[in-house]
Amino acid sequence: MPKFESVDHLQQYRRQLQASRDPNQPQVLVCSGPGCLPMGSIEVAAAFREELGKNGLNGKVLLKECGCQGLCARAVKVLIRPQEIAYQEVTPEDVPEIVEATLKNGQLVERLIYEHPLTQEKAAFKADIPFYKGQMPIVLRKLDIIDPQSLDDYLALGGYRALRKALTGMSPDEVIDAVEQSGLRGRGGGGFPTGRKWRVCQEALSDIKFIICNGDEGDPGAFMDRAVMEGDPHAVLEGMIIGGYAIGAKQGYIYVRHEYPLAVTHLNKAIDQARECGFLGKNILRSGFDFDIKISRGAGAFVCGEETALIASIEGYIGEPTPRPPYPAESGLFDYPTIINNVETWANIPEIINMGAEWFAAIGTENSKGTKVFSLVGAVNQTGLVEVPMGTTLRQIVFELGGGLRPDRQFKAVQTGGPSGGCIPEQFLDLPVDYDSLQSVGSIMGSGGMIVMDNTSCTVDVARYFISFLHDESCGKCTPCREGTKHLLHILDEIIAGRGEEEHLTLMEELCDTMASSSICGLGMSAPNPVRSTIKYFRDEYLAHIRDKKCHALVCRPLLKYTIDPETCTGCLACVRECPVGAITGKKKLPQDLDQELCVKCGLCYEACQFEAVKVE
Amino acid sequence: MKKSQKTIESILAGYPRHPQNLIGLLQDVQAEYNYISPEHLALICDHVGAPLTQAWSVATFYKSFSLEPRGEHEIKVCLGTTCHLKGGNRLVETCERDLGVARGQTTEDLRFTLDTVNCLGSCALAPVVMVDEDYLGGANIRSLKKRLSKLE
Repeated sequence: MPKFESVDHLQQYRRQLQASRDPNQPQVLVCSGPGCLPMGSIEVAAAFREELGKNGLNGKVLLKECGCQGLCARAVKVLIRPQEIAYQEVTPEDVPEIVEATLKNGQLVERLIYEHPLTQEKAAFKADIPFYKGQMPIVLRKLDIIDPQSLDDYLALGGYRALRKALTGMSPDEVIDAVEQSGLRGRGGGGFPTGRKWRVCQEALSDIKFIICNGDEGDPGAFMDRAVMEGDPHAVLEGMIIGGYAIGAKQGYIYVRHEYPLAVTHLNKAIDQARECGFLGKNILRSGFDFDIKISRGAGAFVCGEETALIASIEGYIGEPTPRPPYPAESGLFDYPTIINNVETWANIPEIINMGAEWFAAIGTENSKGTKVFSLVGAVNQTGLVEVPMGTTLRQIVFELGGGLRPDRQFKAVQTGGPSGGCIPEQFLDLPVDYDSLQSVGSIMGSGGMIVMDNTSCTVDVARYFISFLHDESCGKCTPCREGTKHLLHILDEIIAGRGEEEHLTLMEELCDTMASSSICGLGMSAPNPVRSTIKYFRDEYLAHIRDKKCHALVCRPLLKYTIDPETCTGCLACVRECPVGAITGKKKLPQDLDQELCVKCGLCYEACQFEAVKVE
Repeated sequence: MKKSQKTIESILAGYPRHPQNLIGLLQDVQAEYNYISPEHLALICDHVGAPLTQAWSVATFYKSFSLEPRGEHEIKVCLGTTCHLKGGNRLVETCERDLGVARGQTTEDLRFTLDTVNCLGSCALAPVVMVDEDYLGGANIRSLKKRLSKLE
């Protein structure tokens, strides 16, 4: 790669690059995102490499291992360009057939194309697949086009054009104006207007300022930022460099959680490439502006997603938050003014600069502009990553994009916002999703986790799960959070154990009020949300646990009772073999006995029985 | 566990002497040796100029550090929200029974360490178990047992 000495040089290089690329060249893009990688995308890509070689197609067909293609439920996915044929659940064994039929003879491999989980309608091309219809990819747009490790790929798609535009045609003030006018709000969860934050930092009097990218995606059930860092790392860097120019910072940090080693690898490579080409370093594109980026790896603490805790962690301390104000924009890293934005926010910046603030502000709802990436997971048929305009309804996301639930299951709730969010019941399915609407029903946008729950999930158990998580992750600095989560957990455990009382609900609500009003940081302030929203919308479930000592979803073990129906039991002994505590006894070919005293209610017998003789209530 | 290749001295040499580098050094030592021994902790403190109390608080605060030797094989059962809803807890129990070790613990012969993690970011494949570097997606008790038996 050349070092770009000027904007003209970059322009010229990009033109040559684009001219040298044939838009009709056949390409095989093997998804290597968070969903496909564990399902064997490396092996599929290797099979393609071998098969293309065998058929003399090296050089004629381009093979790329790209970022997340979205529909994780159908891993491993392979996209054939330029036709955009989306093959699904591809294994290495399918590869010779794809090469022979599609790449050599232009025919479809019918058995590998998309089939709707409910209607069984088939679709071969990406544009016809319901999962992709209704999406509006801005942040995810390049993920199924580029090789994340190729700067040329990024440049060919207009990469670093926004940086060029900012450095040559816009003053720092104008950059901040554009971000402000775009209406972009922080995608990490808080939803604070990004432009306003930048303005405060720009106006802070200091020669030293910092930019931080928060890649500590800790919400369980969320993997949007991982997909962006792994699949389009240069977009994050470009956003940060523009941010540095706007506020006058010379150094940036990307804080990535240690569970994401591939994100660290791709970001490091992108940083090296950007330095080599002069997008990072001294005198970037001869503008006189200096900026560099370092990676700081997280060490496994959820609270470090909170900005002041994250800053403490970069400084080398334990991740304890500090009270705000002062906000990091005034006094942050090493006490200097610091802008901290999340991965998705940074990835939006180049697009806003390129396309203009009005373009961005025209997307979305009145107070929430642009799109939002959600990780749609749980009891929904088509799990994966979706990017939709703000204001899309939950129903559209779950039932149209997500393809609904299994026919034998009923929708119960959508959980948004991770441990700080709440459970949204069926009555709000037509709610247009934005920052304010989610807050109005007791949840939050959060970073974009969207977990669908059906009738086999128990909301009391879900509340306990999140409180247990937060109790574990509370840093322990302030009393309301440390003790509040502990006591909420204790009460929920009592309810689940069948020792609940109705007063417990009032007590929990009081505890929640105290925590929300007096905790130091967002973790403690929002910790009550899972409890509050479930008590509000699913009070009946709590009462069933408390009054009737029943868990209708059959989740809370102490309230379950397993029995063996002597009429249907064939005495096959499958359950006996599975039972870890020897609670099931009896002779072969005769009905078995289950000792209630010994039973630990693990449910293994229930799963092992092929005759539905094991009953649970 | 990979064989230790880098010496502690060469790891230290890669970082300037500044307390800001405490966490990075701990991470590198953890990655290389699979745990942080008292001797290494002291050497790191000397190098970055941080008191042992700070290093101790950091090493015990963050989940990725271990002050005890870890097993040859690491099994991480994901208990993120989706994995929880899809029965991750039963997978932990299966591991506990099969390996004879409680969650968060290492077997006496240092062969296995069983851990739970908050989210591996592979939620679309829940429930997920990581056995060393391999992911087991859409895991059930049968497939997990099969995978574990390959480790013996």
